[in-house]
Amino acid sequence: MKKINVNEIRKDFPILSRKVNGKPLVYLDNGATSQKPQVVIDAINNYYTNDNANIHRGVHTLSQAATTAYEVSRKKIQTWINAEHSEEVIFTKGTTDGINLISNAWGRSNLKKGDEVIITEMEHHSNIVPWQMICDEKEAILKVIPINDSGELLMGEYKKMLSSKTKMVALVHVSNALGTINPVQEIIALAHEVGAKVLVDGAQQVAHAAPNMRDLDVDFYVFGLHKMFGPTGIGILYGKKALLYAIPPYQGGGDMIKTVTFEKTTYNELPFKFEAGTPNISAGIATAAAVDYITSLNWDEIHAHEQELLDYATVELKNIKGLKIIGEATNKASVISFVVEGIHAYDIGVIVDKMGIAVRTGHHCTQPLMNRFGIQGTIRASFAFYNSKQEVDLLIVALNRAINMLS
Amino acid sequence: MINERQDEVIEEFEMFEDWMDKYEYLISLGKELPLIDESKKTEENIIKGCQSRVWLAADLNDSKIQFTADSDAIITKGIISLMIRVLTDSSPKEIMETELYFIDKVGLKEHLSPTRSNGLVSMVKQIKMYAIAYSLKV
Repeated sequence: MKKINVNEIRKDFPILSRKVNGKPLVYLDNGATSQKPQVVIDAINNYYTNDNANIHRGVHTLSQAATTAYEVSRKKIQTWINAEHSEEVIFTKGTTDGINLISNAWGRSNLKKGDEVIITEMEHHSNIVPWQMICDEKEAILKVIPINDSGELLMGEYKKMLSSKTKMVALVHVSNALGTINPVQEIIALAHEVGAKVLVDGAQQVAHAAPNMRDLDVDFYVFGLHKMFGPTGIGILYGKKALLYAIPPYQGGGDMIKTVTFEKTTYNELPFKFEAGTPNISAGIATAAAVDYITSLNWDEIHAHEQELLDYATVELKNIKGLKIIGEATNKASVISFVVEGIHAYDIGVIVDKMGIAVRTGHHCTQPLMNRFGIQGTIRASFAFYNSKQEVDLLIVALNRAINMLS
Repeated sequence: MINERQDEVIEEFEMFEDWMDKYEYLISLGKELPLIDESKKTEENIIKGCQSRVWLAADLNDSKIQFTADSDAIITKGIISLMIRVLTDSSPKEIMETELYFIDKVGLKEHLSPTRSNGLVSMVKQIKMYAIAYSLKV
């Protein structure tokens, strides 16, 4: 297979040529947020420079231009995730916002006392806390699918949990802390057999592959644009049309209404019913640029390249004495979490930063998962397609130096 | 007194030529100091940061506050030991009125940013709280 030209791709991302603490930036914190290509930056700049106006309201030229551009983004997302209808694509503030929308709006009208919601042991806090809150309110029961030592879901346990009481299964597609790619298609099919709905948190998936709504047959799917080379402050909630249609609005305000009198308000159609208030228009418009950019790339080459980075980094890291990788699932995205015996993750993060290396340290907003492994936190290197093997080498050099200083 | 000690630390750090020297010094401080009595590493004395944990205890002796502290991260511990060196054995009033400028001057300000969430910002707040509480007793 033709190999991806990383040096060429890196030129699309201006920030990748800057220096940090006098050293070339080695950005390995893509799991937290990805960098933005120039085309996305230009789209934001162009909106404010030439088209700034509020959307869905004005009859004037600027408002119509902005509205058109915003709605083009919705269509592009629809195509990219293979959704059947464009009104199944709801703009949100991000992944967390999308989960809260469903846990609140769907949960309020669908959960009752004794119902069960299933999550997993590897969820991000944002896919735990909203469900705890609604379960508390509705006296529903929250169940947790455990994982094995490699960081894979125990499917047998999951099957045992499913029953007619199960109303919702909410789980992460790709674990932010472990890199595990969960068998979501199978999980969704099993949930549907007992009549439960499924919400998938796709935050970490979208940087690595386009999720396919119709293939997955998922009920709700949420993600943020900023982890897929798009702007911050905007995300997507996909929901099956019939389900979204049946759910009452989440927040009240402008854009989501049809008519308002003091006696009664009638709500707008999908998708606007869930989009109260002026949204992040510039980010919404730049979403199209992000989707255009990633669809212009060769994803077969990218998959091969990310797998190579993952394999290479895994081998090199394991050569470091006292280093232990947390999360060794067979099916894994290009994310590696690790700990070093006797050294705190924070200390390593501070020292490698001085050498220009950006990694994430801490519990990654997955405290129950860290407890499962009996650790306080990890150091996480998460790779995007613009990362190179040379950068893995620089990480290894920096780690060895940090460990040397700290031990 | 506190300011004299702050200036002393600043002077010490002026000798360091690069970040390596500075951090090696911090690490050595972190390693050397037996900072807190194990019995004081209680849930009550813990200041939880997102990144590292800090324990802080304060005792009043002769109208002066003695601080002891610890952290699970060695760099955090190094910075703590500097803070304690500067602040301990001072009157509550002096601590309340002091501005901790040395952290900024020695180029460790990033460790005190609220977003670092290593427990150090909360520790400084807690130190001031202890000072306020003890000022009512002296």
